[in-house]
Amino acid sequence: MRKEPYLEQNVAIRMVDITKRFADVVANNKINLEIRFGEILALLGENGSGKTTLMNMLSGIYMQDSGAIYVKGERITIKDPHDAYSLHIGMIHQHFKLVEVLTAAENIILGLNETRLIDLKNVREQVKKICDRYGFVVDPDKKVYDMSVSEKQTLEIVKVLYRGADILILDEPTAVLTPQETDKLFVVMRNMKADGKSIVIITHKLHEVMEISDRVAVLRKGEYIGDVLTSQTDPQKLTDMMVGRSVTLNIDRPEPVNPKESLVVKNLGVKDINGVKKLENVSFTAYTGEILGIAGISGCGQKELLEAIAGLHKLEPGSSIMFYPRGNKEEGEDLAGQSPIDIKHKGVHLAFVPEDRLGMGLVGNMNIPDNIMLKCYDQGKSPFTNKKKPRQQAIEIIHDLEIVTPGLRTPIRRLSGGNVQKILVGREISSDPYLLMTAYAVRGLDINTSYTIYRLLNEQKKKGTAVIYVGEDLDVLLELCDRILVLCSGRVSGIVDGRTAKKEEVGLLMTHFKEETA
Amino acid sequence: MNQFISLFQASIVFGTVILFGAVGEILTEKSGNLNLGVPGIMYLGSIASLIGVFYYERYVENPIPIVCILIALVCAIIASMLGGLLFSFMTITLRCNQNVMGLAFNIFAGGFANFYGGSLNKLAGGVGQINVLATSAAFRTKIPSYQSLGPFGHLFLSYGFLVYLAIFLAFAISWFLTRTTVGLNLRSVGENPATADAAGINVTKYKYVSTCVGAAISGLGGLYYVMDYMKGTWDSDGSIEGLGWLAVALVIFASWKAPRAIWGSYLFGMLSWAYFYIPELTRSSQEIFKMLPYIVTVLVLIVVAYQHKPDNQPPNALGLPYFREDR
Repeated sequence: MRKEPYLEQNVAIRMVDITKRFADVVANNKINLEIRFGEILALLGENGSGKTTLMNMLSGIYMQDSGAIYVKGERITIKDPHDAYSLHIGMIHQHFKLVEVLTAAENIILGLNETRLIDLKNVREQVKKICDRYGFVVDPDKKVYDMSVSEKQTLEIVKVLYRGADILILDEPTAVLTPQETDKLFVVMRNMKADGKSIVIITHKLHEVMEISDRVAVLRKGEYIGDVLTSQTDPQKLTDMMVGRSVTLNIDRPEPVNPKESLVVKNLGVKDINGVKKLENVSFTAYTGEILGIAGISGCGQKELLEAIAGLHKLEPGSSIMFYPRGNKEEGEDLAGQSPIDIKHKGVHLAFVPEDRLGMGLVGNMNIPDNIMLKCYDQGKSPFTNKKKPRQQAIEIIHDLEIVTPGLRTPIRRLSGGNVQKILVGREISSDPYLLMTAYAVRGLDINTSYTIYRLLNEQKKKGTAVIYVGEDLDVLLELCDRILVLCSGRVSGIVDGRTAKKEEVGLLMTHFKEETA
Repeated sequence: MNQFISLFQASIVFGTVILFGAVGEILTEKSGNLNLGVPGIMYLGSIASLIGVFYYERYVENPIPIVCILIALVCAIIASMLGGLLFSFMTITLRCNQNVMGLAFNIFAGGFANFYGGSLNKLAGGVGQINVLATSAAFRTKIPSYQSLGPFGHLFLSYGFLVYLAIFLAFAISWFLTRTTVGLNLRSVGENPATADAAGINVTKYKYVSTCVGAAISGLGGLYYVMDYMKGTWDSDGSIEGLGWLAVALVIFASWKAPRAIWGSYLFGMLSWAYFYIPELTRSSQEIFKMLPYIVTVLVLIVVAYQHKPDNQPPNALGLPYFREDR
């Protein structure tokens, strides 16, 4: 079959020579992009390559400094989100734009002012129509704070469809979804495409690009690199376009050298504020020179486990956490009942990356050296702070992790999410701990940075550090970790060998206890 | 029985002052603006209405009651709206810190009001001489023949129209916030301005309007204070400021729900006057009773904090400035 050339009337949006600056940083430089109807376009690029900025100009959050936007052939200016809606452009942001205390229906009609009084009956009917058409499930009377992440995302999509959007932009929609939820989302996206809508998906997960998209456009450092049809490319080619040089997509996994017991956890139990058991009878051993992966559906106790080891939780009686620095049996000590600061001084470090990245561990209004100092404020001798060492450390982290920042004095909240995360993880790694715990270290990071983090973790491993790695991506866990502990509803449902285990096996363990209790 | 009726009436008069203040502040806070300048706004409302009617009563031989009421209302509303506008300009347009601005505003408005209060007294012939009798009487006009209805009449019908206006406003604001789309938009601005902005809501406009209208309502509390509670006189002892802070506390007590502020305000009134009706209290032990409303507010805060119910929490973006391209 001969491929039809795309006709001009098929073009939903054409962006011509778009440039956008933030102070001195050029976020987008003369970008030309075409978005077509009945097509899923993947917008691919590393963190800070300007994907979100570019799309935010379509959704009316930002305005371009120069360049033109044509929607359905007509040159237009999008001053604010209202303009975007009237042009039928709808964006689903990475951080959901929902009001927590309102119901789904109330969120949907927000800002529309179709009627003077809130007409919930009408909204419910309309929502049901949209849901039936594309295969969504939304309870219009459910409050957003009661919803799971995937429900919130569905609500976001229904919200823009309710506003009549036929051009949908999804900013990293799968970053927070489980594999099953991602599949459901893709089904819906295909339904919308079949309905003639045009969809842009911003992502840096290559297998998703290959699975869902028809065409891929690649950005690199604010520049438009080019577009290719998905059917005519492969992950390796895309990575090369994205990074600008060849990157090997294999994670190194050296054999552990002389592993010794580093952390022996026995019968660990933790309850939350309401007395609900978060961890029950958790026992495992972490060895020096080994990466122990922890897998599980989100909220199954991964966070609590790491926090318990770091001394942030009250433990149930009978719990014991024996820690042997560098595997040295004589120095062994029970961490249970010790204060977080004592535990830290023994060389146990925790890098936890929460969903919003900033919430735990970093202070947005402080600069990089000050944030590093948060971990060593008690080391000086005089009452005055010593900024020399943190500044040195900051320069090293910036160099090693290729952090993009205007300078050491810039408050970190001004940096992009990926860069903030590099600081958080980099700080913990650079302090040479004996036991390094990371949770979601690569959450939302691009490929290049993710591999840098894996490399740094492996370096720690080679030094003889015991590494505990809580991850979301099963493929990565199976490639990186020596052993994988699977948590299910706060209990250990199995510990498997990372070299021989199959993905399905781990997946089954993740849901194992749930089925039993359900 | 008489004792109870008298306490009940005193509570309602007291409560109405802070009810106006609280209802206006609820409207303001629902937009995410924390206006701690309620005492100052009430100062402005009271002194402006007093100045207006003072000149009217002075230059007109027989003041017409309805004109007195209109002049007082218009003066109070304009002055307190200007106060709200100043606060809005500083915190929304110039993005000053809301707490600092609110506190500074109180100092400004307190000085402003007491300066002109003093001047009025001087004009009227000396300290404590100012008295707008006709206006105060007009504001305190009660429903005719309420006495014939026995205790019911005394308990519920023996007040000027502002008492009923305050109750009406509390319900009206609640209806507006929960039932109308504009109210829904307003709530979203206070909860999550970025979301509201992305939904096409003009965050700045909503914040300005609700802060100014909220200030106008709060200012009526000052008007009621000077015309009914003080019976048309001026006293620069700062008691209006204390009432303003009680109104701020009442907003928290009512967990940002205007109808709850109604009975809350009367409860505060009752607690504040209780010492007067408990026999054999010394001067010093009376003071202990005056802190009861604050203790109750603290208790409510603790209970609300333990409930973890998002619906009873303050608006999520309360006190935070909003700027679209900020991250």
